[in-house]
Amino acid sequence: MSEHSPMDSREPLLRIAKRDALPFWKNWAIRLAAVVLALLVCAVVVYATVKLSPLKVYAAMWSGAFGTVRRSWVTVRDAMLLLCVGIGLAPAFKMRFWNIGAEGQILIGGIVTAACMIYWGNSMPTSLLLVVMFLVSALAGAVWGFIPAFFRARWNTNETLFTLMMNYVAIQLTSFFVSKWEHPIGSNSVGIINIDTRAGWFPTLFGQQYALNVIIVLCLTLFVFFYLRSSKHGYEIAVVGESERTAQYIGLNVKTIVMRTMLLSGAICGVSGFIAVSGVSHTISTVTANGRGFTAIIVAWLAKFNAFVMVLISFLIVFLERGASEIASQFNLSEYAAKILTGIILFFIIGSEFFINYRIILRGRKEKKSSCSK
Amino acid sequence: MQQIISLLQSSIWFGTVILYGAMGEILTEKGGNLNLGVPGIMSLGAIGGLIGSFFYETRVEEPSAAICLLVTLLCALGLSLFGGLIYSFLTITLRANQNVTGLTLTIFGCGIANFYGSSLNTLAGGVGQISLPVTSAAFRAVLPGLKNTPILNTLGWLVYLSIAIAVILWYFLSRTRTGLNLRAVGENAATADAAGINVTRYKYLAICVGCAISGLGGLYYTMDYIKGTWTSGGSLEALGWLSVALVIFARWKPIHAIWGSYLFGVLNWLYFYFADLLGLVGISVTMTRSSQEIFKMLPYVVTILVLIFVSFRRKREDQPPAGLGLPYFREER
Amino acid sequence: MQGITKRFGQVIANDNVSLEIRRGEILALLGENGSGKTTLMNMLSGIYAPDGGQIFIDGNEVTIRSPREAFDLGIGMIHQHFKLVDVLTAAENIILGLKEPGRLNLDAVAKRVREICEAYGFDVDPQQKIYNMSVSQKQTVEIVKVLYRGVDILILDEPTAVLTPQETDRLFAVLRNMKKDGKAVVIITHKLPEVMAVSDRVAVLRKGHNIGCVKTSETTQQELVNMMVGHATTLDISRAQPKNPQPRITVTDLTCVDKDGVKRLDKVSFVANSGEILGIAGIAGSGQRELLESIAGLCPVQSGSIVYTPEEGGEQNLLGMDPLAIKNAGIAMAFVPEDRLGMGLVGSMGMTGNMMLRSWREGKGPFVDRKHPQELAKQLWKLLEIATPGTEYPVRRLSGGNVQKILVGREIASSPSVLMMAYAVRGLDINTSYVIYDLLNEQKDKGVAVIYVGEDLDVLLELCDRILVLCGGQVSGIVDARTATREQVGLLMTQIRKEGEQHE
Repeated sequence: MSEHSPMDSREPLLRIAKRDALPFWKNWAIRLAAVVLALLVCAVVVYATVKLSPLKVYAAMWSGAFGTVRRSWVTVRDAMLLLCVGIGLAPAFKMRFWNIGAEGQILIGGIVTAACMIYWGNSMPTSLLLVVMFLVSALAGAVWGFIPAFFRARWNTNETLFTLMMNYVAIQLTSFFVSKWEHPIGSNSVGIINIDTRAGWFPTLFGQQYALNVIIVLCLTLFVFFYLRSSKHGYEIAVVGESERTAQYIGLNVKTIVMRTMLLSGAICGVSGFIAVSGVSHTISTVTANGRGFTAIIVAWLAKFNAFVMVLISFLIVFLERGASEIASQFNLSEYAAKILTGIILFFIIGSEFFINYRIILRGRKEKKSSCSK
Repeated sequence: MQQIISLLQSSIWFGTVILYGAMGEILTEKGGNLNLGVPGIMSLGAIGGLIGSFFYETRVEEPSAAICLLVTLLCALGLSLFGGLIYSFLTITLRANQNVTGLTLTIFGCGIANFYGSSLNTLAGGVGQISLPVTSAAFRAVLPGLKNTPILNTLGWLVYLSIAIAVILWYFLSRTRTGLNLRAVGENAATADAAGINVTRYKYLAICVGCAISGLGGLYYTMDYIKGTWTSGGSLEALGWLSVALVIFARWKPIHAIWGSYLFGVLNWLYFYFADLLGLVGISVTMTRSSQEIFKMLPYVVTILVLIFVSFRRKREDQPPAGLGLPYFREER
Repeated sequence: MQGITKRFGQVIANDNVSLEIRRGEILALLGENGSGKTTLMNMLSGIYAPDGGQIFIDGNEVTIRSPREAFDLGIGMIHQHFKLVDVLTAAENIILGLKEPGRLNLDAVAKRVREICEAYGFDVDPQQKIYNMSVSQKQTVEIVKVLYRGVDILILDEPTAVLTPQETDRLFAVLRNMKKDGKAVVIITHKLPEVMAVSDRVAVLRKGHNIGCVKTSETTQQELVNMMVGHATTLDISRAQPKNPQPRITVTDLTCVDKDGVKRLDKVSFVANSGEILGIAGIAGSGQRELLESIAGLCPVQSGSIVYTPEEGGEQNLLGMDPLAIKNAGIAMAFVPEDRLGMGLVGSMGMTGNMMLRSWREGKGPFVDRKHPQELAKQLWKLLEIATPGTEYPVRRLSGGNVQKILVGREIASSPSVLMMAYAVRGLDINTSYVIYDLLNEQKDKGVAVIYVGEDLDVLLELCDRILVLCGGQVSGIVDARTATREQVGLLMTQIRKEGEQHE
């Protein structure tokens, strides 16, 4: 019965227990520590493979992302695009609907945008065309998102796998249209659409080429933030995400909400396709989405669907990609190095969530809050 | 006739890549983990094998086929196992979300493969310049006695190994104690735990062995399917996703995965032979490139239809493992 | 077990508990719900790890880190929620996790299972899949599973909750046989008559403490109750005469069929009056849940009618309405479901968020109003003395009693005209239970039609005005609670079992 007897040595060395909520700053301290550690690991990897001084590499990365005004704008542009997809995914994910199909929804939005530019570029003023493209791309993305949502609502078809397959259908559709709109013939690409007239291109605002991208995405971000936090729809999504039984109990039609939310989610992803085509690349190809649909899932998940945290994470990821492509060209490496570094850093951030939600109790230690860092 | 034979050949080549990927994923999913990192794992296996054989074959004067095989296999298995360990550590020990971890693994794995793949290309003097005659030939060796049989004379031994693994997997899952326990883990981890099954160990093993099998798919891809070369780009990644699709198509049954993989192969290559095949029965069609692209949609569309059909029928035995995607923590309450 | 302590977050489930389990003896572990009985036994069977204390088996100190280690030590536990894999067969479930030598031979397993069944008089088909089984069949599989493993120490967590009296008797006979075999049996329960009937010794837990251990032959039910609750309480629930009862809900020939085509309700007819508490009794799974859910519009009805008669007269058929339609029709229906956190509340939200479940639609415009729900939350917090750090603290982390107070408080706050409650006091301590009874009586006084599904017959008999007894989805009788006896109701509960044997 002695209270302080040393614990039996056969007790497991580590035990894991759920943690009560941590203070805000500690959450972020853990995440920051994870990023720092990840950068260290990346440095080792970089040094081991290419024998370059990691510091030099990081400096090069920084200059690649923010070295000049032009580069900073490119970073902002890419971050906005990623953010836009993340924003689109957030409502679906909050509802616990695994929309892995953003990639396809972006492409579908991109296809219709390109179609508008090609067919109406000369018959419509750009300002009107932009509005039309915005609406049409949103509609197209919404339809693409709606299909799996309908089957999930109706027959509980697994949405993770369904949306995943829809990506590849969309990719093939893109290839189909690329070969239809091929220009010049034989190039197997659409080329820059309306390169002379710039019809349907985002206009330069305030002297900045990408100002409109930022404006649209930030508006959408604000919209989604308040939609999820203070609207009735947002509350419904939260309830459905937590428990479908509870949702039925208070008279919510879960099927309607699932379909409605996926319409919204798909629409925003479709709009990202519009921005990608009309505001960034001015062309359409199977790599228009370039994996953003998948990366954005990670963005939305890590941010716990908080729209503003997503801004931060989007910038982090894009910074890595831009920086890595800079080192690639500067040190004559493959640009895929960016993906490796991104992967390592994401692994660490994903892993750090564990230390936010759980605590580890060492053998012999009683209920002391062991501070843990990875 | 010739068209049909070459269609079947291409389909089996193609099917074997995704059969490996799908079998690894079946094993993983039977343990209750949805690993969306299959494309990454297959890429890791592919590049692992390629690096191993590249350095052995270019550094040694007279490379022996046996050592080529051994080195390549070890490197491929080792690297895909490494990917599996990352995934299992994060999802099991650290209880991270499986979908997010899997997707990250895909980014990471494809990144590594493409990075080192293009480095190898550079070392070899340009894209498509990697030449591994001994290793590739060793992997594409046709079984003795089949040299003159049509179709079979073009299949390397890895094709037969994949069928063998599928049968073993089927036997393991349905006829052995360990397989039964693993299925219980995937269906209901808490129950398995209460029955005295070490859930953590089973999940780790299922994922790691599963990743090793998937990794073989990558190896088959580089050594046999594209004959010992490397092209950076998304084609292996696309095959990885198709493996995930095949798991659904086969309804988590390894035996169904065998014919399913070849069917996927047929669907995938149909665009190439479609016009010729119709020509055989007297119908003349010209396939434009754009209509070919529509044809390539088929495997995915078929998978979606199967998915809908399965959910529509609600037969218990056809459903995904009940615990798929759910983390397990004994003291959760 | 010595000095066992277990905490969950801020809650101490077991505080320095010591307990002795002997061979050849049936020990009853008695205590109210939430007194830490199950937690204590979970530590013995390796589900939880204790935060402090030691466990000795045959004089040797042991550490039980996992259920497997518990099995190796000969400890087997049958949980309240069955731990069976649905898509596997009985035989497969029975050998799950076993390390027997040799290849897997399911035929041999089936043979041994049949032997065990014959020896004890069970009836299990080893080839049957679990998802095709009834509750009592599942329990039988669980017991056979433990016997198959040849355990020395058998722990049963509330085994009789889902059984008919006959099945209970059969179970007790098996337990006595095991005792004769020299095995140690622990039965967790809160039903006193069962304790008296089957056990040799009784250990009583209260709020995580071991209050004492007595020989069953040397004690009385009254003494045990005193130990359980701390002070003697006869169930002294106040009950007023119903004031001016008027039909409020009239159910006629209600029939429900579930997804698998099994009839859950079979031509159920009754009237629930205003100002009256209508009790619903029955063995678990006799259609209670379906009955309440079909009135609340949550369960599809095959045939029959549900008519609501408001105070001011008129009639309204509720059939085919979902909860939203019922609300829009101006009917204030309150429903406290059995599954509180899974259905009645959202676990990750705080009190405010949960108050909003009933009020979020109010107000125009697309935005929700958080202010009023928050005020309501604060009121309830004070009024019902809910122990929570704040109105935004996730309700999942609160104890069962506080969760129920929040749920009941919210439902009553909507000033309902019909109040339905399923197992309202399950898992609650005595004091909270009385708070709930008082709230119910208060509603009854206000002229609300109260429908109360209960499991404790004594409570039903003392609280309700009339009791409707369900058996196999049919109404086997409606009795006056003031004159009916336990035996009478108990008989009705099991009456139509004969032809409905395959029914769950």
